[in-house]
Amino acid sequence: MDADIALILLQDGVVNGAVYALLALSLVLVFSVTRVILIPQGEFVAYGALTYAALDAGKVPGSIWMLGLLGVAACLAGLWSMRHHASRGAVLRLLAGTLLLPAVVIGVTLLLAGRAIGVAGEAVLTVLIVAPMAPYLYDIAFKPLAEASVLTLLIAAVGTHLALMGVGLVLFGPEGFRATAFSDAVLSIGSQTIQGQSIWVVASTATTMLALYLFFGFTLFGKALHATAVNRLGARLVGISTALSGRIAFGLAGVIGAMGGILVAPLTTVYYDSGFLIGLKGFVAAIVGGMVSYPLAALAAVLVGVVESFSTFWASAFKEVIVFTVILPVLLVRSLRSPVAEDEE
Amino acid sequence: MASAVLFASAAWAADTIHVGVSLSMTGPGASLGIPERNAVALLPKQIGGANVEYTVLDDATDTTRAVANMRKLIEGGADVIVGSTVTPGSLAMVNVAGEQKIPVISLAASARLIEPMDAARHWAFKTPQNDSLMADAVADYMTAHGVKSIAFIGFNDAYGDGWLEETQRAMAAKSIKVTNVERFARTDTSVTGQVLKVMSSKPDAVLIAGAGTPAALPQKTLHERGYKGAIYQTHGVANLDFIRVGGKDVEGTILPAGPVLVASQLPDSAPSKKVGLAFIHDYEAANGAGSVSTFGAHAYDAGLILQYALPIALKSAKPGTPEFRSALRDAIEGAHELVVTQGVMDMSPTNHNGFDTRARVMVEIKDGGWKLLP
Repeated sequence: MDADIALILLQDGVVNGAVYALLALSLVLVFSVTRVILIPQGEFVAYGALTYAALDAGKVPGSIWMLGLLGVAACLAGLWSMRHHASRGAVLRLLAGTLLLPAVVIGVTLLLAGRAIGVAGEAVLTVLIVAPMAPYLYDIAFKPLAEASVLTLLIAAVGTHLALMGVGLVLFGPEGFRATAFSDAVLSIGSQTIQGQSIWVVASTATTMLALYLFFGFTLFGKALHATAVNRLGARLVGISTALSGRIAFGLAGVIGAMGGILVAPLTTVYYDSGFLIGLKGFVAAIVGGMVSYPLAALAAVLVGVVESFSTFWASAFKEVIVFTVILPVLLVRSLRSPVAEDEE
Repeated sequence: MASAVLFASAAWAADTIHVGVSLSMTGPGASLGIPERNAVALLPKQIGGANVEYTVLDDATDTTRAVANMRKLIEGGADVIVGSTVTPGSLAMVNVAGEQKIPVISLAASARLIEPMDAARHWAFKTPQNDSLMADAVADYMTAHGVKSIAFIGFNDAYGDGWLEETQRAMAAKSIKVTNVERFARTDTSVTGQVLKVMSSKPDAVLIAGAGTPAALPQKTLHERGYKGAIYQTHGVANLDFIRVGGKDVEGTILPAGPVLVASQLPDSAPSKKVGLAFIHDYEAANGAGSVSTFGAHAYDAGLILQYALPIALKSAKPGTPEFRSALRDAIEGAHELVVTQGVMDMSPTNHNGFDTRARVMVEIKDGGWKLLP
């Protein structure tokens, strides 16, 4: 190995790591607010990538029907939960959020699919299609369990993951798709070439992190989320709706997942079941960050990407083994440092 | 349950032959299993004056499910089993075939399904060409075109293992050096490390052993990194989805394939041309233009075997009896110069695939399509 190869591997690792970082951030976000380990996060990435690829190819993505279906289900779940104390305003808001929004998105997609709406248009449309699925899923699967143990929530998350993967096969078919890159630009620095897409990935991740930082530090919703994460009961006592916090956290996770998918789609071929492995690597990073620290999780994600990239060079047959072994020393250290951390609450 | 009811209701008709089919229509094998199911739907409902009932089950690319499906089909009165799509499930089914004494026609590629011949494999047949036949074709072509060294990038699974073994054997026979061996997984998002290592060993050509669209990733990365040599793929990529995903990066790729892939370009003297074109016509009429896949052809060939063997078996025994299953097995094994879409089968007690060099052609990807190489 010479310096050139090392630099290429490093670059490759950082780009993949940036995608894992996005996932790690949303995993930490959702876990700290709702205590759900969001296994289906990977599916949002796969849905995002496949939806974007379909729009890019001028086709109507099958995921819009999934959006409509989830919206109706979330609407029914919402009506059921407010059956004893329904106010007109709340019902109207629910109908607007779960029926009107998907209907508008479906209509816009059907209208625009096949027309040249540019990369930005396709990306925005993809986020609009995929991201609302996450809060709908929260309403359907997780809100009724909000007070259950972490293990119960995890089981619900695994179930959601399996269901979404199965639906993915029906919606997108067994074959993979790949989108065209945002830009064909290639930057040359010395002997190194950097693909335009790589710059996009890293820049988008950095922007997302900055946006999250600003959101948590300087907006009311962000502070409410932060308060829920620190102490659920305390947050409720001061009038913060934990259900709304959960919905916002899931919504953000959906947006980040869809964005991750859009960024990945031009880099590699994505399948209906690709999301899980990508999500798992984000999960490794989130664990390293103790499921609470954003900066640690992001750094760890980049590290996972780099380790992965170098292990493909040295021992490609053992790549996944090496990547997932990285988590062992971290778990060991953590369990030695805080032996009671396993207890509930 | 539904299948059992189906069988029961049809059982009164004396001459109804039950064909049980177990395919991987979901899970990792889905891109193969779905065209196979589509091809099964094209098979005739009447053979040799008897009605034929097909019962198709999904094994989700899961070995346990494949065996469970097979037992269910046998309980339902199946006379012959077709399946499964991938090697692990098929291997397990072969054992059941030996135990229950029922012929099974597998659609998976590995030669281990029919070799070495033993009591269980006595009942097992398979329609896809052996990897060894394809690896030899690649080695021959490379020798003819002055390739002295190759690098291997293969799937990190049974498909990659099988090809690695056959490649090393075939290349050693032609004294072509294998400079290095890299592996990748179907779901990998990057193969930069493998590609850099391959390029640093400076091979004359790179052989990528993957099935379906994931095999396009190493090739795209090779192009991104400026690799200029020849790239070979295996017959696992012989469907249009691969070209769709690979785009201009897979232009010029050379691969071995069954003749049905380029049926319209075959010379009229080629034995499989007519039946291959008939298959493509039927398949595309049912599933849309350009939808045909060679994986479907393997299932169609299983149907052609049955169309040859069932009338012979019907002469000596009644469907639904052990004698019929045994007669059917003997009839399949007796197939001589049987023309199918993928070549010409010459079965024998020791060879339950029966293909020779007429079952493979070399193909180049050109202008987004397949071009037959002389």
